[in-house]
Amino acid sequence: MNIHEYQAKQLFERFGIATPKGGPAETPEQAEAVAVSLHTSNLVIKAQIHAGGRGKGTFTNGFKGGVHLCSSPAEIRAVAEKMLGQTLVTHQTGPAGKVVRKVLVAESVEIARENYLAILMDRATGAPVVVASTEGGVEIEKVAEEHPEKIARESVHPLAGVQPYQALKVARELGFEGNQLKAAAKLINNLFKLFLSLDCSLVEINPLVVTKKGEVLALDAKFNFDDNALFRHPEIVAMRDTEEEDPREVEASKYGLNYIGLDGNIACLVNGAGLAMATMDIIKYAGGEPANFLDVGGGASEEQVTEAFKILVSDKNVRAILVNIFGGIMRCDVIAQGIINAVKAVSLPVPLVVRLEGTNVERGKQLLAESKLPIQTASDLAEAARLVVGAAKAA
Amino acid sequence: MSILVNKQTRLLVQGITGSSGAFHARGCAEYGTNVVAGVTPGKGGQKFDDKIPIFDTVYEARRETGCNATMIFVPAPFAADAILEAADAGVELIVCITEGIPVTDMMRVKDVLKGKPGRLIGPNCPGIITPGECKIGIMPGYIHKPGTVGVISRSGTLTYEAVWQLTQRGYGQSTCIGIGGDPINGTSHLDAVKMFAADPGTEALILIGEIGGTAEEEAAAWIKDHYKKPVCGFIAGATAPPGRRMGHAGAIVAGGKGTAASKIEALRAAGIAVAETPASIGETLIGVIKG
Repeated sequence: MNIHEYQAKQLFERFGIATPKGGPAETPEQAEAVAVSLHTSNLVIKAQIHAGGRGKGTFTNGFKGGVHLCSSPAEIRAVAEKMLGQTLVTHQTGPAGKVVRKVLVAESVEIARENYLAILMDRATGAPVVVASTEGGVEIEKVAEEHPEKIARESVHPLAGVQPYQALKVARELGFEGNQLKAAAKLINNLFKLFLSLDCSLVEINPLVVTKKGEVLALDAKFNFDDNALFRHPEIVAMRDTEEEDPREVEASKYGLNYIGLDGNIACLVNGAGLAMATMDIIKYAGGEPANFLDVGGGASEEQVTEAFKILVSDKNVRAILVNIFGGIMRCDVIAQGIINAVKAVSLPVPLVVRLEGTNVERGKQLLAESKLPIQTASDLAEAARLVVGAAKAA
Repeated sequence: MSILVNKQTRLLVQGITGSSGAFHARGCAEYGTNVVAGVTPGKGGQKFDDKIPIFDTVYEARRETGCNATMIFVPAPFAADAILEAADAGVELIVCITEGIPVTDMMRVKDVLKGKPGRLIGPNCPGIITPGECKIGIMPGYIHKPGTVGVISRSGTLTYEAVWQLTQRGYGQSTCIGIGGDPINGTSHLDAVKMFAADPGTEALILIGEIGGTAEEEAAAWIKDHYKKPVCGFIAGATAPPGRRMGHAGAIVAGGKGTAASKIEALRAAGIAVAETPASIGETLIGVIKG
């Protein structure tokens, strides 16, 4: 789950992590009011969408840039009018772009230097790790590749958490001294509290800036939350903005289906995440391109299978569908009946290849044959991949 | 021979009265596993299916029945506690099937379990089976066949795929272990490889991994120096886009790390035969066995 920049700012404020003053607005009037409340002529307005590259983006109405520096509340209002309700296209949004429903109005700060600071869950040690670098404002992966010595890592004890000495150590690695050292150490401590309290898998501040006035501020942030822990964070779930997500994924999540849209033209429906990934792989190996990842789970109901089919056929790029089920707990005859009902319910527009294996497989195959529906059956995974790629190319 | 479970295993089921727990407790018993007890707090004193005693706590179950393994079906918000209770009661093998446990919960569990004798398998796993002797988990029993191939995997149905390919070709399995798809788990690929290496009844290995983390690489490095028997590997997720979680909480390519390509390279560098597709895992291993 992703959140907007203004929401990240709210979370930072809640945990005492300093950020530039500012707030969100949904109308030009609100934007102007926020600007007035900041009592400064150094202002910035930023379109709020879940995509990077906003500064260099272009609105479909011709207005250039999703981030603007302004010098008065009136100017903020004028820019907000050009952004709100308009569609912003950046290199990450795809050509369709994203509609801007909110803007963030904030004090613009003069930057003296930029650092990188993150806390993430380290799988290798099974504990959080603090990652810091004096090379802020750029992609950290690039720094890791070219200048690994410029990245400091501090492992955190899983039960004890970040200790004050560790926060100081990291702050020193970032070159802080005097009052700034204390401010930075406090920020690191608070960031860890946020990380743990909200069950994050990653929280990244890039850049963590030092302003010309000497303040230490979190200028931009990225959050990843542990989906498994969202049940205990209703306030984070409330931040979800489904307008920003792939509508197919939103629809799938309503029915407890695990769906991720991709760019290919062969849709697949599989039980189990590992087998679903492997099915995508074998489609590619056979010369096709998967249109999605879809795991219907271990005990999918007939309704779920039907909804899954609806989502698959709603993708206009899809030229063929592959169903790959290894029934263990899930019985093949039940799955076959689900497929038959789903096909009747959605009137199949593209060829369908089904591969069933496992519990009650003979009965399942018999049901498919008796249905007289245009379904091709495959005896194993390799044949299934070959058939579906052939069907997609012929379509 | 086998690892971890056999005819001597005495199984407890935590969460035995829930729908999944009940269904799979019966499935394991039907396969021949000696299911000796269940735990559901508040239902102590009752019997499951008129024969298996239910206890309120793992301590009582352990004391009264001598259970030496447990299968956990407790819902995700309470599963970490169930693991810790089993470990504290001294249960030797803890198999946690539950999916969706918060990572920070598992981080604490892993640290508390450090240095304790109980071994955790999972969470978010299909379980472990020694064909013909003992099944602890949700896998379909009939696709397995007693034999000498050890199978280690992060995923459920993909493991069934590999096992079925072996069984159809007449190759049985010593033990099949699903270590789970979460980023923090009790038993790693490497832990499992070491146990199989110490088992004289295991003559070959299948190692099924997926994108994310570096656990497969660690296992491969150890195999290179210490394991001389035939090994076949497969890594799922070559086509997965970076930054997206593919179903399993652990299956994510982050910051260029944990890609299928880098894992396949590590396996090959260790002399492991890598199956090109999930359909050729069985054939690839048999090819190595036959030399």
